[in-house]
Amino acid sequence: METTPFRAYQPGTQPPYDAPAYGSTHKRHPQERLVRLPHTITEISGPRFTAAQFPPIPDLSVVAGKAALGERIIVHGRITDEDGRPIPHTIVEIWQANASGRYQHPADQHAAPTDPNFRGEGRVYTDAEGWYRFTSIKPGAYPWRNHDNAWRPNHIHFSFFGSGFAQRLVTQMYFPGDPLLELDPIFLSVPDESARNRLVCRLDMTVTEAEWALGYRWDVVLRGRAATPMEG
Amino acid sequence: MPSATSSQTIGPFWHLIEHPEWADLTRFGAAGLQVTLTGRVIDGDGNPVTDAAVELWQADPPVDDLFPAFGRSRTDEEGRFQFKTLKPGPVPGRGNAQQAPHFAITILARGLLKGLTTRAYFAGDPLNETDPLLSSIEDATRRATLLAKPEGAAGWRIDIRLQRGPHAETETVFLDV
Repeated sequence: METTPFRAYQPGTQPPYDAPAYGSTHKRHPQERLVRLPHTITEISGPRFTAAQFPPIPDLSVVAGKAALGERIIVHGRITDEDGRPIPHTIVEIWQANASGRYQHPADQHAAPTDPNFRGEGRVYTDAEGWYRFTSIKPGAYPWRNHDNAWRPNHIHFSFFGSGFAQRLVTQMYFPGDPLLELDPIFLSVPDESARNRLVCRLDMTVTEAEWALGYRWDVVLRGRAATPMEG
Repeated sequence: MPSATSSQTIGPFWHLIEHPEWADLTRFGAAGLQVTLTGRVIDGDGNPVTDAAVELWQADPPVDDLFPAFGRSRTDEEGRFQFKTLKPGPVPGRGNAQQAPHFAITILARGLLKGLTTRAYFAGDPLNETDPLLSSIEDATRRATLLAKPEGAAGWRIDIRLQRGPHAETETVFLDV
């Protein structure tokens, strides 16, 4: 059993809880100082998902053999920790809007068509070297009510577990060249510009399949381990 | 090497990856003392947070094929979450310390750009008196926000307040992990 705590996040690379431009944070951010908790077994250990109990869903672009509408994409990348060590055999959860910018969700009332052939949920595992890959449809932009005429940029939601509960990461992947990025208070909530820009994937012709689908690459870095074991 | 990837909100539509059975950590047949943990997530206006994902992790009993040790529950229109799991025992702390039985809890929701982590201990457990985290919190009212209260035969209840409430209700202790 790994006994080394995770290291602290680099300043500026994580968004604050209180982000005034993102209205939903107003009544949901803590106002008291967080209590620092040196990591214990509770924080350094974490769940183990297996394909037997949590079967993979590697293709969101097809339901019952019928193809979803939109631009077919292949997204792949590598998950490592801050020391460059691959995170093998870890679950990656994925969810997103369809090509029209509509979620298959009762709370999404955007007047854009649903697509019965688009599966809004995916689930894949990294291989022994930390690589993941899935097929989907490029999600559409959609309006939200944060401010007047607010639109979210195209994005795919991701959830990662890594090897310990304190390594958990839920985030969003964006697409290159999206003019909505510089207007989006969620994307802009990350203070450090280079960290923010690492949320944007890049076109990858090495996985683009001719006559079939555009490929994108997005690498993800989870927290590294600290220098010394917690007993040290 | 690059720093850790930035967090973004789970948003209001995370239910696309919701599998309600995940809230029952006993579903694979794990044996042990079954308990439920319920509560409400409440915002600074005293309103229920109806679109949250509440995640639970416990280091004890240890994860195995029959016990995932991890669960996820939605909050409903009253902000209520519910888990069915096995009661944890004490686990080692740092150095020679021992930690009182507890669950690790993470709240993910629209309006939370990164998860909020807290813990749920069991009110009345004698080990709480010497638990390193609980005993580090001097304000008894704040400390009490980490204590689940017994409710019924095998039930425990803990409400999570993201902010101080409109009637000065105490904000839950959240952890910098």
